Amino acid sequence: MTRNAPHPMPDPLGERRAWMAVLARAGADDIAVLLPAMPAHERLRAPETGLVMVRGRAGGDGAAFNLGEMTVTRCAVRLGDAVGHAYVAGRDKRQAELAALVDAALQDPARRDALMEAVIAPLAARQQAARDAEARRAAATRVEFFTLATMR
Amino acid sequence: MTPLSPGFADPVLDAQACFRAVLEAMSRPGRVVVAGAALRPPAPLCRAAAAVLLTLADADTPLWSDAGANAEAWLRFHCGAAFVTAPDHAAFVLATGTPPALDALQPGSEEQPQRGATLVVQVASLGAGHGWRLTGPGIEHEHRLAVTGAPGGFLAAWAMNRARFPRGVDVVLCAEDRLAALPRTVAIQEG
Repeated sequence: MTRNAPHPMPDPLGERRAWMAVLARAGADDIAVLLPAMPAHERLRAPETGLVMVRGRAGGDGAAFNLGEMTVTRCAVRLGDAVGHAYVAGRDKRQAELAALVDAALQDPARRDALMEAVIAPLAARQQAARDAEARRAAATRVEFFTLATMR
Repeated sequence: MTPLSPGFADPVLDAQACFRAVLEAMSRPGRVVVAGAALRPPAPLCRAAAAVLLTLADADTPLWSDAGANAEAWLRFHCGAAFVTAPDHAAFVLATGTPPALDALQPGSEEQPQRGATLVVQVASLGAGHGWRLTGPGIEHEHRLAVTGAPGGFLAAWAMNRARFPRGVDVVLCAEDRLAALPRTVAIQEG
């Protein structure tokens, strides 16, 4: 699956969008290792797996079409007054619940900076490194095509 | 804004159990059944009304309610249902106070009577053995249903609702975790 870069448009929810994107791409074990001890949370919507239709657009300005279905696991938890949501690819329920829990905790300004430092920054760095490594591997096989034009 | 509370603990099994309870109530009009005893919906929503909507409402059934922002946010989160501003466009109408007039709701058509709305009304209490005298399909002789806190003029409006069969509105009366259903076929007389 192609991993898209975060959406370049600025928006008021950009920060939350960015950390949710990082959590959605991180495995359950990776989050659990970095996560400090948390107060108990309440499951609003227990992790559940389903299908979502992925839509695409040819060339950026074509009509939308259905690309195909993908498996998604979602979860919603409440931590204090904050509600955390997670939609993650695949069927890992533990990852969805941990991602939702971290999303809820990050909405609390008192916890945000510490959690960004402890959880989101290392995960984001690891994901960036993996993307770079893959880009380098792909770049090594790049073929340049030249057109030789004869000018008279 | 009060924080959201969870819906059904097991969405599939609990919704199936509640569906069975509503089916039982609809097929034996006036019988009081228990639904949603474990739910903690936000006020002013009662447990039975919350269970009925969690079970029956979804993205394809427009909802109308007078229950306020907290209850609407809870229903929107757990049912995924869209709210409409006019009760006559809704498939399910939830009334925690005075409900809209029965003839102001969607009655379906002669060809598609199943499109008639379902009105979920919260009343103060429900009891069996005395009160209204119910007769009609699903009742062998008669069934007695005691309703306290029924909307004013309900029996007269109900007689008119029944007269336009097969079109009409079905009603589910809810009090705490108990509910009784009045399908459009049932005739009600003051006890």
